[in-house]
Amino acid sequence: MEKPQFVYVVYIATTAEKLWDALLDAKLTAQYWQHENVSDWKPGSRWEHRESNKDRKLKLVGKVVESKPPRRLVLTWADPSDEENTEKHSRVTFDIEPVKGVVRLTVTHDLLEPGSDMLEGISDGWPKVLSSLKSLLESGKPLPRLW
Amino acid sequence: MDRVFRALANPTRRRLLDSLRTRNGETLGGLCADLDMTRQAVTQHLRSLEDANLVSTIRSGREKLHYLNPVPLQEIYDRWIHKYELNQLQFLTDLKKIAGGD
Repeated sequence: MEKPQFVYVVYIATTAEKLWDALLDAKLTAQYWQHENVSDWKPGSRWEHRESNKDRKLKLVGKVVESKPPRRLVLTWADPSDEENTEKHSRVTFDIEPVKGVVRLTVTHDLLEPGSDMLEGISDGWPKVLSSLKSLLESGKPLPRLW
Repeated sequence: MDRVFRALANPTRRRLLDSLRTRNGETLGGLCADLDMTRQAVTQHLRSLEDANLVSTIRSGREKLHYLNPVPLQEIYDRWIHKYELNQLQFLTDLKKIAGGD
């Protein structure tokens, strides 16, 4: 594996199954991410990340590389304009592991192009998304966010 | 959250986080090169940062790679600063109404 650019960890008081659903369910992602993750989530399938407002603008696309519910999900990750240009696709791995009565989520982002807008956006975005996800699962309320 | 503040209340540990901000995924050896202290002391500081979840690590062959994990800092921000910011935005909205804008 090439050296990842980012490794984020968040501990959430929930179950692996609930966390898995929160990552993949369009209605749940809309709540804490303000975007809907849409796919049938089968390996090889396309996935989409769309704004959850009425425009539903497509913001990211990729393929499901690996799916082992409720433990591991690997996605490719690209700007829609780069969908055909697989060299520009980065990769996101979600690892879910129960630890001492809570669940540890590790998000590993690799294959990002150095100096790209995507890399800049990622380093700003993931901590906010993960903090909001934790809030939703633990308190039932996502964080108010003006992206 | 106590562990986060305890981990941050030390200049060496803050410096380690600074190093990771520019060189995410650094090895222990690489981090030691910045600091005038024993490898063992740096290992202790890194453990404290890991316990506070401010540093995440992965194995790459025989090496351990260290990453800045800002998620606990985001949680602190969300707990206190964000509410304040929202009040500011509400204030601006109210001001706009008073001024007759829509």
